[in-house]
Amino acid sequence: MSESFRLRAEEALLPSIVALLIALILGDVLILMFGESPAHVYGRMIEGAWGNPYGFAQVLYKTTTLTFAGLGIALALRAGLFNIGAEGQLAAGAFGAAIVGITLPAGTPGLVAVPLCLLGAAAGGLLTGGLPGVLKAKFGAHEVIVTIMLNFVVLALLNWLVVEHLRTADTLHTPEINAGAVPRLSEFIPAFHGSAANVTFFFAIAAAIWCWWYLFRTPGGYAVRATGLQPDAAEYSGIRVGRVWIKAMALGGILAALGGTNFVLGYKHYYEDGFTGGSGFLAIAVAIVGRNHPFGVVLAAFFFATLSQGGLAIHALVPKQMVEVLQGIVILAMAASVPEVQRALRSARKVVAA
Amino acid sequence: MNPFDFITQTLRIAVPYLFAASGGLVAERAGIVSLTLEGFMLSGAFSATLGSYYSGSPVIGVLAGAAGGLLFGLVHGIATVRFRADQVVSGIAVNLLVIGLTQVVLMLLFDSSSNSPRVEGFQAGLSGFGDPLVWMGLASVPVVAFLLYRTPFGLRIQAAGEHPEAAASVGINVRFVRYVAVAISGVLAGLGGVYLALDQHQFTNNMTAGRGFIAIAAVIFGRWNPWLAGGACLLFATAETLQIQLQGVGGIPSQFIGMIPYVLTIVALAGLMGRAVAPAALGRAED
Amino acid sequence: MSAHPIRMAGIDKSFGPVRANRAASLDVAPGEIHALVGENGAGKSTLMKILGGLVEPDAGTVEVNGRDVTGWSTSDAIANGVGVVHQHFMLVPTLTVAENVVLGNEPRRGMLFDRTRALADVNALIQRTGLVVPADRRVSELSVGEAQRVEILKTLYRGAKILILDEPTAVLSPPDVRELWTVLRKLRDDGGTIVLITHRLDEVIDISDTITVMRAGATVGRMKTSETTPAEIAKAMVGRDVALSVPGRETMSGPGATADRPSSAAGAPLLEVRDLSVSDSRGIRVVDGVTFSIRAGEVLGIAGVEGNGQTEIVEAIAGLRDIAAGSVAVSGHDVTRATVKDRRAAGIAHVPEDRHRRGLILEYSIAENLVLGAQDEFSKRGSLDGARIDAHAREQIAKFDVRPPTPTPAARTLSGGNQQKVVIAREMGRSFTVLLAAQPTRGVDVGAIEFIHRQIREARDAGKAILLVSAELNEVLALADTVAVMYRGKFAVTMPARDATPEALGPYMTGGNSRDAA
Repeated sequence: MSESFRLRAEEALLPSIVALLIALILGDVLILMFGESPAHVYGRMIEGAWGNPYGFAQVLYKTTTLTFAGLGIALALRAGLFNIGAEGQLAAGAFGAAIVGITLPAGTPGLVAVPLCLLGAAAGGLLTGGLPGVLKAKFGAHEVIVTIMLNFVVLALLNWLVVEHLRTADTLHTPEINAGAVPRLSEFIPAFHGSAANVTFFFAIAAAIWCWWYLFRTPGGYAVRATGLQPDAAEYSGIRVGRVWIKAMALGGILAALGGTNFVLGYKHYYEDGFTGGSGFLAIAVAIVGRNHPFGVVLAAFFFATLSQGGLAIHALVPKQMVEVLQGIVILAMAASVPEVQRALRSARKVVAA
Repeated sequence: MNPFDFITQTLRIAVPYLFAASGGLVAERAGIVSLTLEGFMLSGAFSATLGSYYSGSPVIGVLAGAAGGLLFGLVHGIATVRFRADQVVSGIAVNLLVIGLTQVVLMLLFDSSSNSPRVEGFQAGLSGFGDPLVWMGLASVPVVAFLLYRTPFGLRIQAAGEHPEAAASVGINVRFVRYVAVAISGVLAGLGGVYLALDQHQFTNNMTAGRGFIAIAAVIFGRWNPWLAGGACLLFATAETLQIQLQGVGGIPSQFIGMIPYVLTIVALAGLMGRAVAPAALGRAED
Repeated sequence: MSAHPIRMAGIDKSFGPVRANRAASLDVAPGEIHALVGENGAGKSTLMKILGGLVEPDAGTVEVNGRDVTGWSTSDAIANGVGVVHQHFMLVPTLTVAENVVLGNEPRRGMLFDRTRALADVNALIQRTGLVVPADRRVSELSVGEAQRVEILKTLYRGAKILILDEPTAVLSPPDVRELWTVLRKLRDDGGTIVLITHRLDEVIDISDTITVMRAGATVGRMKTSETTPAEIAKAMVGRDVALSVPGRETMSGPGATADRPSSAAGAPLLEVRDLSVSDSRGIRVVDGVTFSIRAGEVLGIAGVEGNGQTEIVEAIAGLRDIAAGSVAVSGHDVTRATVKDRRAAGIAHVPEDRHRRGLILEYSIAENLVLGAQDEFSKRGSLDGARIDAHAREQIAKFDVRPPTPTPAARTLSGGNQQKVVIAREMGRSFTVLLAAQPTRGVDVGAIEFIHRQIREARDAGKAILLVSAELNEVLALADTVAVMYRGKFAVTMPARDATPEALGPYMTGGNSRDAA
């Protein structure tokens, strides 16, 4: 392993490891406060998540949504922009897919219907991601606030559309889609029976691979990363920074929006008001712990999905909301440790070199 | 409906916004991004519920609530000032932490996942003005304006948020100023939550429901000026009252009225109402 | 006999490998305006930072009013009446003049900020000193000259009797400068002592009583203004340099080398700049109607102390700064409104003066930096061609002798000289017709300087047009065919290399030969 790769790997991984350790320790403290043994609780969590096929499949289901949304945030962060709008983008994507699915005639072959539904989802993401990007490029409007505000607007708008116009009686969801449904994993792996996990999981992995290729193997991704790392140098070299911003936010929105298809195409087959349940915000943690790297995002998504599923298994011992507390601690620890660890590593290296 | 009732209802809705926006303003003027107002508020609501429950006195509840907001204010402050964590990320983390912790403790103490038992509040009377917190909420705007523009410390807060190097060059401890500012934001936003909890006489899971974000929208829409932010709070509260009163009556759906604060903020940021100029050093970690 | 307000002797100070001060000294008599002159990098700012308490000397003594205060802090300095007026203003734009002046020492009435008294105190100070400024106006609404007066008021409010002004006229127009002189004379007559750091000779003659000249970190002269001439001062400032500890100088040949150069068979004009004007954020013309052209096989060197518009003129030609008036053409094509990318495609290569901010992406590897701006060309069917990028990197690394000679390390880990070589390898390794080289050997070790100079000479011989901007006069003299001096946004003079000597150029660089019309 070359020296430079090792140095970079250290800087990338160490903050995540430090943060997770801090969370682990604080989690121990909280568990002890409930009079339980941390080892026992963590053990039950892992067993609930990985120890049985149904649980594992549920982990895969949750990983799917978190991966898409996490990729959407990570890509934008690579360009130096903070996409807090994943919650709204997930909903917009789910809604777009549902609308296409409802409009298509029943019997449309899957090979046609599914891509069309995905396009519908992408359209939702393009709008909800592209708008903040344009406002940033043209007016300097800070994307953090715009995306936060837009979340509320999008969710309210969709709520109105569904509740007033589109819903099936006595429910809070749209009619079922006629086409575009995607098979559950249990159709291939009978042991997963009952779980929501479906083929969109593989779409998510494909998206991660695509993201990696885009960021690290294409000139467009090169320009995105350059803009995020050193916008002055990017401008100097001829890169149009404003355009990169718009592109990164639009792509990020699309990726996050595709996460909505997990629910609509693969699980319930309709759009339901409120289905996102905070995944869009949790995805921020996923992106950060994953250090904005597509493969890191997948791993982090898997980790947080495990925590979430494992939380269900321990509800007799400690409140399952403990998981949310742990999530908050992880994010805070990450945010605090990135600058600290980076500073410590660099001054330690200087001492060695001197 | 009767105009007097309309005004009183609007003011009661505005109280949490006024508290949180005033507090957020102080921290933002000092240069600290305050997406945390939601978490501070929720923490204040919960702590006040605990305080009132165990003591039977709403006054203790108020003090406990202020302390609850202060606690997380300091968490945010230490993360961002001492550890130079990204202020947006820290904000999101604090919010998540508070939501999770309040649920956990709620379960631990009251064995419920949705609400606490009934607690003592203030005698609000029919109009609501018997509740001292309403007056305090209204007063928070002139108090913060006074702090910022009439005291030496307020001057230093402004300097820390606009040009921290200039402040440091005349011997001001910018870190200290920022810690105090973020502590104040924690207390004030916490009081907003206290009002909510004591007015409803209980704590409900996630009872703040996004009010902290409306408060930050008010700060931005009010261009980081206490009076304008206060005006924005009243504006948003008026829209909410309208929505409640006009429910079912023809016209605009309630979801659209609920969107007003957010849409207005986006519009303000896009410079369609003149540029909203943030404090120059907002979000920048000092070196 | 009263103690001298300032006496510094034997001051040594190094920042890493750079020796900023070498046994420097300063002796200021009571009640005088003392000019501290020298080129960029001469050590003036460092010496004054030591005096003002921002930095501690490695060796030597500092005496203020007869007391040994070596190594004191800024608070000590302020408390003892030493005030520094910085070049870059430390003012809060949204606060008023009075608020800025009293910030940190606010007058109080109980809990309140006593704004009335602050205003009264500041107005009284304004009356007393003649530093006229509307005390209740926001700093953001002030002119540059007014803002500077506020900076001075800040120091006087804290009781400064010794005032150090760092390049105060850098941002002032001639009428503002005259007003400043009036203020300074009054302060002196009231018993204050003033040290003026500057490189502008016309001002030195106008205002100072005594002059101390610094060069390459040492004090090389001290004279009474009335007893010297601009030419003498200029010679002391820029004179031929024999000190071996200043890196690179001994490899730079003097004007004699140009005689050996084959007379440039001047080709067609490749870069034509006409009436170029660039304004800064305040609307002041930092480049003021400059016209020149560079032909194939020619090097135009712009000499001059930094801050006279050199940075802006290069940025404007490269497309990084808006052009207020005038035009730029490359090989006959007008590029005045073209994007950076189009200008590069038209043949402009740019070695920027700030390699960390503009020239490199420090987190990217050497190979990635070598294709910055050309990433589309190094692609095949939508993908980056890793093999070609790697091969290209190895080729350039070998050709330009970059160390360590592998393409993978992050640019951040390289030494300054090697970082600059990467920039040069990228810019000069592609096809170009016009090269903009701004401070190309700044912060670069001796061996790399030699190498970079060779590259520039070879490019010139190959028929390129080169615009060289350098604060190192010897570098300009060693490489240029034509030398221009930039002063306050204009070309003060242009002359062929064979006529360009430090003695001839010095006065133009310091404004001694050009008086701005009123």
